[in-house]
Amino acid sequence: MLITPALVALHLIALCVSGALLLASGFAWTLLRHWDIASGSELQIRLERRTYLVSTLLGFVLGAELLSLLLFVHSAESLSSQFVGAMCATGVLNINAFGFPTLLLKIALFFLAALWLLLNRVDQQGHDYPLVRVKYALLLAIMPLALLELLLQSAYFLGLKPEVITSCCGSLFSAEGQGAAAELAGWPVRPALLAFYGMAGLLLGSGAALWRWPALGALFAAISGLTFVVAIAAIIAFLSLYVYENPNHHCPFCLLKAGYDYVGYALYLPLFAATAAGLGAGLLAPCRHIASLRRVMPGEMRWLTGVALAGFGAFYVLATALILRSNLILLG
Amino acid sequence: MPGASRYRDCDTVLLPAFPDQNEMRTWLERQNYLIDYTLAALLRRKTRNLGLLLVYTLLVFLFASVLLLSQGLRREAATLMQDAPELIVQKLNAGRHDLLPAAWLDTLRGIRGVSAVRGRLWGYYYDPAVKANYTLMVAPERGLTADAIMVGATLARVREVGVGDYLSLRAANGQPLPLKITALLDSTSELLSADLLLLSESAFHQLFQPPADTYTDAVLTVRNPREARTIAGKITLALPASRPILRAEILRTYDALFNWREGIVFLTLGTLLLAFLILAWDKAAGLSAEEKREIGILKAIGWETGDILRMKLWEGTLISLTAFLTGYALAYVQVFYGGARLFAPVLKGWAVLYPEFRLTPAVDLQQLLVLLAVTVLPYIVATLIPGWRAAIADPDAVMRG
Repeated sequence: MLITPALVALHLIALCVSGALLLASGFAWTLLRHWDIASGSELQIRLERRTYLVSTLLGFVLGAELLSLLLFVHSAESLSSQFVGAMCATGVLNINAFGFPTLLLKIALFFLAALWLLLNRVDQQGHDYPLVRVKYALLLAIMPLALLELLLQSAYFLGLKPEVITSCCGSLFSAEGQGAAAELAGWPVRPALLAFYGMAGLLLGSGAALWRWPALGALFAAISGLTFVVAIAAIIAFLSLYVYENPNHHCPFCLLKAGYDYVGYALYLPLFAATAAGLGAGLLAPCRHIASLRRVMPGEMRWLTGVALAGFGAFYVLATALILRSNLILLG
Repeated sequence: MPGASRYRDCDTVLLPAFPDQNEMRTWLERQNYLIDYTLAALLRRKTRNLGLLLVYTLLVFLFASVLLLSQGLRREAATLMQDAPELIVQKLNAGRHDLLPAAWLDTLRGIRGVSAVRGRLWGYYYDPAVKANYTLMVAPERGLTADAIMVGATLARVREVGVGDYLSLRAANGQPLPLKITALLDSTSELLSADLLLLSESAFHQLFQPPADTYTDAVLTVRNPREARTIAGKITLALPASRPILRAEILRTYDALFNWREGIVFLTLGTLLLAFLILAWDKAAGLSAEEKREIGILKAIGWETGDILRMKLWEGTLISLTAFLTGYALAYVQVFYGGARLFAPVLKGWAVLYPEFRLTPAVDLQQLLVLLAVTVLPYIVATLIPGWRAAIADPDAVMRG
């Protein structure tokens, strides 16, 4: 196993997040069984007070997951010098079977925590906490994922065995690494470009429709989620090629390096924020019928749709600019 | 207390929602007043908070020092290794390093992809006068005469010699060999040349008397650096007694070494982190009667539990930010301008003729993320629950004491 400060920090974050969520889910369980807004019992008052702690804990989880996601990718990147055949983060994540699942779980947890906080935001605006049971049921679903992340991440780190010269006289030339840097499969450029811009059209259409017909929230959420997947696939399939100006370099992580002006942050941050808002819009759309939320929901939905469209818009504008600026010709 | 009176103006808005611009502005103003109030409250209990702030800053300082120093060392090693040969070939005899026959150089030149091969002569010399090892190396490109040598700045300092002086070394046959210092090596390359002594091939032969037509090892220049690994494979096939060493492998070893040392120091500092967390928890949990009364009054005049919690979070954020920035800045100065005295013996390693060098200052994003994760994050965890406990207190209960 490797001991580096980044890995120690990642373990610490995973432990803090799992601890916070365990604490919150113990409470969620009591709440799901005993919550009764009409009651004035001591237990009910205690439960109401505890909700403040839980929402703060979830806010903390969201921040910690974001930090952990960034740190995880960065440390995979910086460990690439330690492994034969690993050129960048992709290679390091491929070293054992747990690398990519850990990354995907971190992304999933980030989105779930963001959705929980959106739900919480709306719930607190209704005088009778109408979404409290949905909220705490979601919390119980998030908790096992956090524990799984802790396990997978530990398994991944424990499985990292760097090949180094162990002594100046004993060791022989180290053997070529196996299976590392198995490049993510490329998708032919023309259909990928079509799908990429097709999604933009669909998204814009469904966003406009949602503005008019709030019942279409689920459709908008599904299209947002799909756009996220297509966008990541497009980054791997062609956008990275245009940025690196190299027809064989598909890595979605090297974009975060200083050598490419940290362009990855400008791409990923709006993409993640927009996806969270889009999914949130879909999740919250059914709440517009709840009596205590009828006043605030239209504003909330407009805000979420606006954030989603603005975020995706920023992503698409930047992506298009990168393609146009590039000296690489993939179609022609 | 200007903060509190200004706050009262805006406490009619209870929801932190900002679907439209107007509400966004109210939300921002609200946070502004909360910060204002929190700062005033922190300043009112100066000594109590100063203690925590000092310990917090010290903690960030220690962690940041370790990170900055080891990263600086890693970068220094990588920069130096850039000019190192792509591939070094040694001869092994019973698993030990042996002298390399000159005939091997032709075999190596015959391997496709190798553009140049050079035999090197070098060795170590133990000087009982300073109880240290020198590295002696033949430098044909310097055009030194038979009795001329060039020495590193550290070596010259320790032996108290200068240009024009004679340095007498004991040859393999026991006879003294006087050598004249014709120049000192540039002190900018001190990391490499601290214990280095350059001499001519004939002086090397007189001193060590190695068998004829042998070299210490051979360095290869490779046309395409990506082929280095394949070429190394071919060399082991052509010369089974050889050991090729790639530059990348040396770099990887350095990286692993510094990472490991850094990780160990980090783990040892973990105990300190734990102690700090207990302190932070204790400070946050043990509210004074005055603070309790204050929270009671705030709630009585209309503050919600959420507001108190938000104020507590701002308190943590402000303290963390101050401690983080101060600690990091102090560590930066200590490592890059103060000679990094604190952790240098552990992280750098130790030698009699240790070079003196200054690290190139740099700030790295990953480092900042790590530092945030190990200092600020645990602090927030430790103060969350006590902060919430304080926020849910009933106003009448706390005011009555």
